[in-house]
Amino acid sequence: MSILVFAEHDNNELKADTLKTVAAAQAIGGDIHLLVAGANCASVAEQAAKVNGVSKVLVADNAAYEHQLAENISLLVTELAADYEHIIATALTTGKNFMPRVAALLDVAQISDIIGVESADTFVRPIYAGNAIATVQSLDSKKVITVRSTGFDAVATDGNAEVVNIDKATDAGTSSHVSDELTVSERPDLGAASVVISGGRGMQNGDNFKLLEGIADKLGAAIGASRAAVDAGFVANDMQVGQTGKIVAPDLYIAVGISGAIQHLAGMKDSKVIVAINKDAEAPIFQVADYGIVGDLFDVLPELEAKL
Amino acid sequence: MKVLVPIKRVIDYNVKVRVKADNTNVDLANVKMAINPFCEIAVEEAVRLKEAGTATEVIAVSIGDKACQEQLRTALALGADRAIQIETDQNLDSLNVAKLLQKVVEEEQPQLVILGKQSIDSDNNQTGQMLAALTGLAQGTFASEVKVDGDKVNVTREVDGGLQTVALNLPAIVTTDLRLNEPRYASLPNIMKAKRKPLDVKAAADFGIDLSPRSTLLKVTPPSERQAGIVVETVDELVEKLKNEAKVIS
Ligand SMILES: Cc1cc2nc3c(=O)[nH]c(=O)nc-3n(C[C@H](O)[C@H](O)[C@H](O)COP(=O)(O)OP(=O)(O)OC[C@H]3O[C@@H](n4cnc5c(N)ncnc54)[C@H](O)[C@@H]3O)c2cc1C
Repeated sequence: MSILVFAEHDNNELKADTLKTVAAAQAIGGDIHLLVAGANCASVAEQAAKVNGVSKVLVADNAAYEHQLAENISLLVTELAADYEHIIATALTTGKNFMPRVAALLDVAQISDIIGVESADTFVRPIYAGNAIATVQSLDSKKVITVRSTGFDAVATDGNAEVVNIDKATDAGTSSHVSDELTVSERPDLGAASVVISGGRGMQNGDNFKLLEGIADKLGAAIGASRAAVDAGFVANDMQVGQTGKIVAPDLYIAVGISGAIQHLAGMKDSKVIVAINKDAEAPIFQVADYGIVGDLFDVLPELEAKL
Repeated sequence: MKVLVPIKRVIDYNVKVRVKADNTNVDLANVKMAINPFCEIAVEEAVRLKEAGTATEVIAVSIGDKACQEQLRTALALGADRAIQIETDQNLDSLNVAKLLQKVVEEEQPQLVILGKQSIDSDNNQTGQMLAALTGLAQGTFASEVKVDGDKVNVTREVDGGLQTVALNLPAIVTTDLRLNEPRYASLPNIMKAKRKPLDVKAAADFGIDLSPRSTLLKVTPPSERQAGIVVETVDELVEKLKNEAKVIS
């Protein structure tokens, strides 16, 4: 049995989530190949070769793949899929974008967002914002799967896989890249950080997120937000934690001025330790918090920063 | 141009679903149902395109049993011109839904299909992309802005790193994210008017597609519940607990 894993990267760096997706592939069992599709992505291929458990790295280095347009990547992956029983990607925006296309082109279903592997055809995944956990058995001959990284522990990176260049340029010609507006930050990625501090509507405006920055600096934390904070324009969309945003499971999650709606909890309730700071003692966030402070965040945050 | 908006009837987003005692599925008996929030955003976007003079007709389509006519009426009240129900009692997976929608696209020839990025029940995030693959069309998923420009549409997408804008040849498929728009409330006169708008019913079985399931749901269990913790009185106490009890900071 062979498994093709799609590597998440930005043409320079292999995303740490891929290490967890490879762990999911190992749980399925089989010969694991990692696909690096991009443009001028040789450094990613080098990093990919070190991922433990991977026997071969396939590199498709072509302008058609520079921005990972779903139309082009899905054609490439579908072509390669002939040699594999499992095709796996991380459930991040790139994988979510192109993988269902692959599934449809192969005429198979997709099993999205798995958090567990029971066997080569049976997987565990959250449904209804994580309020129910489904065990599903695929009846298709090929399995197209996206993996929620919080469900798996990263594999190590002292491997030495063979690197093979594949000469492909599948350009569908139906879409093109116009521009990116990417958030530049010195902080760790939300998905990779061991501490996350998130602000909600209670923060009142974007400027007040500075109160979180001081604490984040001291803890090496990433900064997240609730949907309400993003909708109100306090912070950028890529900071939204939740059912329909980013899923995080850090060692420590600090929710500040966040009420704890089910959609928000869906994105953070697997964190090891949860702290809630909220002035409303009845806020549902306290039902999942290990430690709560009932108080005004504008008093609590400066004091917390000072005492860390 | 015509805009097609596929919509889904789902549990209301305020309801916390419960798992059935026999672990066969979730319990939806007597639960409040509604149009999937992302589908509502899709309807709103289509209606705005019509109000701006870009779209000429907005068609809502839903696949499900008779109950989903309620959500189609909601779409009509929000401004869709007509509706199609593809009737089935089966709970179809996304691939089969996309195959049925493909037939509707072939028949209606819309220039744009706008769908929600995910439904809040199965949380799959698949149907729009699958429809795009089956029709061979380009896709702009997780859209926060849609601008039709001649024979192309520019879609700004919410991606992990921020925003990405792509240009797609029309016809194209768009899936909505939360920031695309804020859906209006249907006014009472529009709700009344919606009752008289055309709603065609077609049987899924008549489409000549093999709709057999691609997976088996073996069981559904509740998630492990977190125990509520303690309320600390002071910041000093919090810092002390995080250091010495939880050991998550040093
Ligand atoms: C389809 C759909 C998808 C969604 N996806 C997501 C998602 O992915 N992520 C997400 O977060 N939400 C999501 N939501 C929204 C969710 O339902 C809630 O509306 C949202 O999480 C609320 O954000 P909030 O807690 O910041 O705001 P609120 O619910 O308004 O809570 C604000 C909190 O701040 C507290 N507060 C106010 N002032 C202070 C102060 N001075 N000091 C201390 N505390 C204070 C208040 O007591 C209150 O508890 C989604 C909703 C829908 C319909």
